[in-house]
Amino acid sequence: MSTVFLALQTNEETRPIIEAILQDNPSAVVDEQPAMVKINADGRLVVRRQTIEEITGRDYDLQELQVNMITMSGNLDQTDDEITLFWKA
Amino acid sequence: MDMTVAKKKLGLKERYAVMTRGLDWTPSYQKMEDIYPYIAYEGIKIHDWDKWEDPFRLTMDAYWKYQAEKERKLYSVLDAYTQNNGHLNVTDARYLNTVKLFLSGISPLEYVAHRGFAHAGRQFPGPGPRVACLMQSLDEIRHAQTQVHAVSNYNKYYNGMHDFHHAHDRVWFLSVPKSFFDDAITAGPFEFMVSIGFSFEYVLTNLLFVPFVSGAAYNGDMAAMTFGFSAQSDEARHMTLGLEVIKFILEQDPDNVPIVQRWIDKWTWRGYRVLTLVAMMMDYMLPKRTMSWKESWEIYFEENGGALFKDLARYGIKMPKCAEQIALEKDHLSHQAWSTFYNYAAAANFHTWMPDEDEMEWLSSKYPNSFDKHYRPRYEFWREQAAKGNRFYNKTLPMLCQTCQIPMIFTEPGDATKTCYREVDYKNEKYHFCSDYCKEIFEHEPEKYVQAWLPVHQIYQGNCFPEGTDPTVEGFDPLAKVLEYYHLEHGRDNLDFDISEDKKNFAEWRGQATKNV
Repeated sequence: MSTVFLALQTNEETRPIIEAILQDNPSAVVDEQPAMVKINADGRLVVRRQTIEEITGRDYDLQELQVNMITMSGNLDQTDDEITLFWKA
Repeated sequence: MDMTVAKKKLGLKERYAVMTRGLDWTPSYQKMEDIYPYIAYEGIKIHDWDKWEDPFRLTMDAYWKYQAEKERKLYSVLDAYTQNNGHLNVTDARYLNTVKLFLSGISPLEYVAHRGFAHAGRQFPGPGPRVACLMQSLDEIRHAQTQVHAVSNYNKYYNGMHDFHHAHDRVWFLSVPKSFFDDAITAGPFEFMVSIGFSFEYVLTNLLFVPFVSGAAYNGDMAAMTFGFSAQSDEARHMTLGLEVIKFILEQDPDNVPIVQRWIDKWTWRGYRVLTLVAMMMDYMLPKRTMSWKESWEIYFEENGGALFKDLARYGIKMPKCAEQIALEKDHLSHQAWSTFYNYAAAANFHTWMPDEDEMEWLSSKYPNSFDKHYRPRYEFWREQAAKGNRFYNKTLPMLCQTCQIPMIFTEPGDATKTCYREVDYKNEKYHFCSDYCKEIFEHEPEKYVQAWLPVHQIYQGNCFPEGTDPTVEGFDPLAKVLEYYHLEHGRDNLDFDISEDKKNFAEWRGQATKNV
């Protein structure tokens, strides 16, 4: 499977999000670059609202991620509960 | 007593449906082909516009909310940076030439992208892509504005940025990015989406923004870093739009596949040629390097683009064949570009220089197959000549490629000792090309590319001097008049970094910032 990735700005808002992503995606690997955190995963990566809420202790709207996103790779699907990045081949 | 029951908030999918398709209507007294006149002539067949959906499912209400937040963040960082004399914290004043290149080469493209997406959005009958194009159009004008605002602070202190838009429309090398975008917005709406939405935004944008923004962060340029990140947060959405549009077009009709493949081939090559400027920026202009051009090409194109084309293979789309030539050029591109700009430092709106010994070492280690063999000896010679007072400024105008408008500086694929040169005869005129791919693009649409405004031709025809210039007077200095036409001041905005006012002022001001005077 090809690699999908999501890159976020390095800041206090993304810290718990990255933690949540690593918790939900055992294959995810963090690549820390200047001012940017890139998370690579094999074929599929899921960002789950519930996990973020559990870590931060507040309601979270996945659209808030728009503010801190840098780049991504893969097909995307977003619902109220999850953002999924995936390759079909 | 009646209890008011709170209505359940709409879910993301429902809200998206209501705020896009729900706002559309079927015209009753105008014909569809009159309302959308450009939608058929490119040969793309769409049967069901409702099949298109933004996977982020972003609606205009949410868009304004998050964009406003991005703006607030951006401007508070810019204020703090300015208030703290942040410009004196960049690694060294050479870095600022990156900013000049960006402002005059890229920011005006953001504005043209704004116009392009407004136009494409207007032409699409489907509400989904129309709303997404509207958002992207607004994003692009925001990028142009925030970049101008962020860089205006540097313009107070450093040279070459004072009239960037005037420069963009005139300066010889800036016709490369300018003509690229002009080519895209003069295509039909579907080709525009494939050119900018897909090939540029999805396949190539990481190579522009990620190294530029990490480069800015690495070199202490908080202004460019913050506008870069702010713009980049929109890019993730643009990339998604680009990919969705391609998938949508391909799924609608098998007849669309060969048309789209041709556009992908064309625009990957066109975009790659524009990135020549980024390649030299990464390898030469950042005092503190993040990664080499070659490494970034390998990660963002070969690896990531490879995954993308593997995914698109199910529609019958193949990796553009130009990728093979690009792979052969990756050891040479940035060096050939920097050599050219070193030569033409008298005619540019930024300074150039020879890399120092440490930088030569870095280049050798990143380019073990090419640097020591082909480029180091050349640089050492130029450095020696400069030390003897013979800093070389090329005053002969170069021949340009009719398609990409880059001087004919590239070498044959696989032979770095021979200049690559192609030509075509068309209606009794000869046209020159830097590569097989630029030649092929011309041959497919010659009537478009014969109209190219080539700066060198225009200078020779006398169209790039200030009004009233008489080129027949004795001792006429064409370069001096061309610079005047560009609004550039000789000896101030151009020439080698070593003798520049920027270098001198930066050293002096940085000294004042750390000492009591």
